[in-house]
Amino acid sequence: MLEEPLEEILESINLHKSLMRDGPHVVINANRVLSSKVVDGLEIEPEELPDGVRARLRVRQGVKIKQPVHLCFGMLPERGIQKILLEVEIEDEAEVSFMAHCTFPKAVDIQHLMEAEIRVGRRASYSYIERHWHSDEGMVRVVPVARIKLAEGARFSTEFELLKGRVGLIDIDYHTDCQAGSSAEMKARIFGRQDDRIKIKESASLDGEASRAVLTTHIAVRDEARAEIYNELIASAPHSRGHVDCKEIIQGNGVARAVPVVEVRHPKAHVTHEAAIGSVDSKQLQTLMARGLSEDEAVNLIIEGLLS
Amino acid sequence: MAILEVRDLTLRIDSAHILNGLNIEFWEDYVHAVVGPNGAGKSTLANAIMGLPGYRQHGGDIFFEGRSIKHLNVDERARLGITLGWQEPARFEGLKVSDFILASAREKNKDEVDRALELVGLEPVRYRKRAVDKTLSGGERKRIELASILAMKPRLVMLDEPDSGVDIEAIERIFEAISLLKREGTTVLLITHSPRVLERADHAFLMCSGMLLDKGETRKILEYFRGKCLPCPHQNVPDLNSEKKSGGKNA
Ligand SMILES: Nc1ncnc2c1ncn2[C@@H]1O[C@H](COP(=O)(O)OP(=O)(O)OP(=O)(O)O)[C@@H](O)[C@H]1O
Ligand SMILES: [Mg+2]
Repeated sequence: MLEEPLEEILESINLHKSLMRDGPHVVINANRVLSSKVVDGLEIEPEELPDGVRARLRVRQGVKIKQPVHLCFGMLPERGIQKILLEVEIEDEAEVSFMAHCTFPKAVDIQHLMEAEIRVGRRASYSYIERHWHSDEGMVRVVPVARIKLAEGARFSTEFELLKGRVGLIDIDYHTDCQAGSSAEMKARIFGRQDDRIKIKESASLDGEASRAVLTTHIAVRDEARAEIYNELIASAPHSRGHVDCKEIIQGNGVARAVPVVEVRHPKAHVTHEAAIGSVDSKQLQTLMARGLSEDEAVNLIIEGLLS
Repeated sequence: MAILEVRDLTLRIDSAHILNGLNIEFWEDYVHAVVGPNGAGKSTLANAIMGLPGYRQHGGDIFFEGRSIKHLNVDERARLGITLGWQEPARFEGLKVSDFILASAREKNKDEVDRALELVGLEPVRYRKRAVDKTLSGGERKRIELASILAMKPRLVMLDEPDSGVDIEAIERIFEAISLLKREGTTVLLITHSPRVLERADHAFLMCSGMLLDKGETRKILEYFRGKCLPCPHQNVPDLNSEKKSGGKNA
């Protein structure tokens, strides 16, 4: 009974069942958990809600999980709401990486709301890659909110990628608090088309000595798409270091707006930011055209690179 | 026979006269050099031949294989077989070296990418997957750009200061690549103010203040350039009237 949607979800993200069966994973369709598997030291407690799933994920102290844990959040119906409430606890010195796939292959009108509370323990390491697979038409609203707390020496990296299919509306809000010696890397890569709306807020507070954060957003918008990026980095501890990297390529009637906020509250802290918004760089374009690529081919290659 | 002919080429940018009535023929299958001091207009000449935006509003005409290319865009000129290696090559964030070379290549296959990288002395396994971005050194970017040109197999290539930022050992690889281009039937135009690069050419042109001062055998031009141009204190001020006088006097 559950087999069919499972197949369909895995197929929509180019993952085969056999690939997942052995490794740790959770597969969710709408508010149903279709399959899940844990390994030693990893606890996953999913709970079905009327309009989504609440899940507690925990990696026990000192446990280093080699294989990536696959999380598939699918919504096979054309319409509906999917709420995912995540509580993630990576205990001290544990290590894990999650590969989250969010797939809405038949979306006409879907809302995918995610709320995550993430705690990464002392000298623990947590990486979370979220890849979205949307349909070419239709409307998906994606609203992920994450609050991340890094203990001393913790390492955290997250990547959000939406390159396939229409964005619809996306409103990301991630904030990380960094204790001493911890590091955070937050990256978003999104390609908006037609009347897509992209809103990203990535922020980090460097509260602990020698903490580090890099916020990266690489966005391309074309047609009538719009993007608004708020990157905020506050450094208040000695020897904390931060960097904001915001690059947006616009084409057609696309509109991009970037608001980098960097605040330094300690003379021994250091934050840099670079932002470039505009059409494709002319020298890059001319170089590729001088090798015989048409303007469109050249632009596509440049955008592919930026979003890779 | 001339593969490319520049006739009465004049170019003003803003109100400055950058090219002042250039007449040059580049013979097919030769390695030519265009030499001249800083600001002489060498890069500008190459940009105009390539048809880059900002360098299209020139007077005179440019003929490729007997046909005027004045009205063609950069990519149209490239598809005729004309290409340019920049003095300062572009950086592409995230674009893989292999994809960059592949996009330029005439034969779209992986072996072609590796062959091109090897020809410029870059180990394919180390470079294929890297990005053509700021993490590459200036010399590496120069060589990767040359690799993309080797893969393209153009009819005419203009290499703007092929030795700049490249170490001694790598320069030899670049010279070998230039010889290979010639053997494979590409006409090469080396833009330089380095005697070392000039020596590699079969034939040379000497430019100063947007004008052609002399042309001929490489050795003759080299001697003149060494003796008169390198010690010359005159700055190229791209203004036609003052240029004509000072350029003539100092040259
Ligand atoms: N786009 C431009 N806008 C304004 N001035 C320009 C432009 N391109 C070239 N020039 C001017 O034209 C003159 C010739 O420049 P060009 O780059 O062609 O010299 P060059 O011979 O290549 O010198 P170098 O040996 O330093 O590379 C210089 O004075 C330069 O400042
Ligand atoms: Mg130059």
